[in-house]
Amino acid sequence: MVSKLDQTINFNRQALGLRAYRQQVLAANIANSDTPNFKARDIDFNSALQNALAGKGQSDLGMSTTSPRHISGTSSAGPASLMYRTVNQPSADGNTVDMDIERAKFAENAVQYEASLQFIGGQFKTMLSAIQGQSGQ
Amino acid sequence: MSIFNMFHVAGSALTAQSVRLNAVASNMANADSITSADGTPYRAKQVVFEATPMGNESAQGVRVKQVVESAAPPRMVYDPKNPAANAEGYVSMPNVDVVEEMVNMISASRSYQSNADVMNTARTLLMRTLAMGQ
Repeated sequence: MVSKLDQTINFNRQALGLRAYRQQVLAANIANSDTPNFKARDIDFNSALQNALAGKGQSDLGMSTTSPRHISGTSSAGPASLMYRTVNQPSADGNTVDMDIERAKFAENAVQYEASLQFIGGQFKTMLSAIQGQSGQ
Repeated sequence: MSIFNMFHVAGSALTAQSVRLNAVASNMANADSITSADGTPYRAKQVVFEATPMGNESAQGVRVKQVVESAAPPRMVYDPKNPAANAEGYVSMPNVDVVEEMVNMISASRSYQSNADVMNTARTLLMRTLAMGQ
């Protein structure tokens, strides 16, 4: 039963994790809008989510363990592969951050993060009403 | 956790941009300082930014790598009455370009605002996450 509950929210949990990760990558782009030679980066959310659901995220590059007492080394790579953004208007200092694009994507991703939160909250409410039943009516 | 990293990233950018604003203020204030501590005219200072990893590889923050002094030649102004004038009557003035500094100031202030917005968004998202399922 617990695994059923777990499966129910798994999709949105993965989506939420990737949204948070993408939000952080976009924040880094905005922070480095004046850094020479900084290249703006982003993730392909669609393929990252499919990889995460199939259980083959980038973090699977951990060390193999031959004993149950070994610590499973986790790689420092994030949950999705980072890609470089295509440049619209190249600047002389080698920076590829376009503030308008980054701000738009940042706002968009924040809304999508909140949407994922709402979905999870709705699923909690659904499960809760299934557990409690409609005893009051 | 990713959302907390956003605070570190945006915070490092706020610090870096305020250093840049400080440099602009210093340059503007000293636009007419014909002598500095070492007796030569004041030289315009510019900050150099560098991306630096905060927490993990994808969270690239900013830090001020170094503060460089502009190598532009001093502005020569003809003013024979000035005690600092040379034999031809010219005074070496600081190489501060006031127009450039104003542009620099507006750019730094806009970047500062953007990063403050990022912090606000991160805070909102965190608060919503804390209220998840309620």
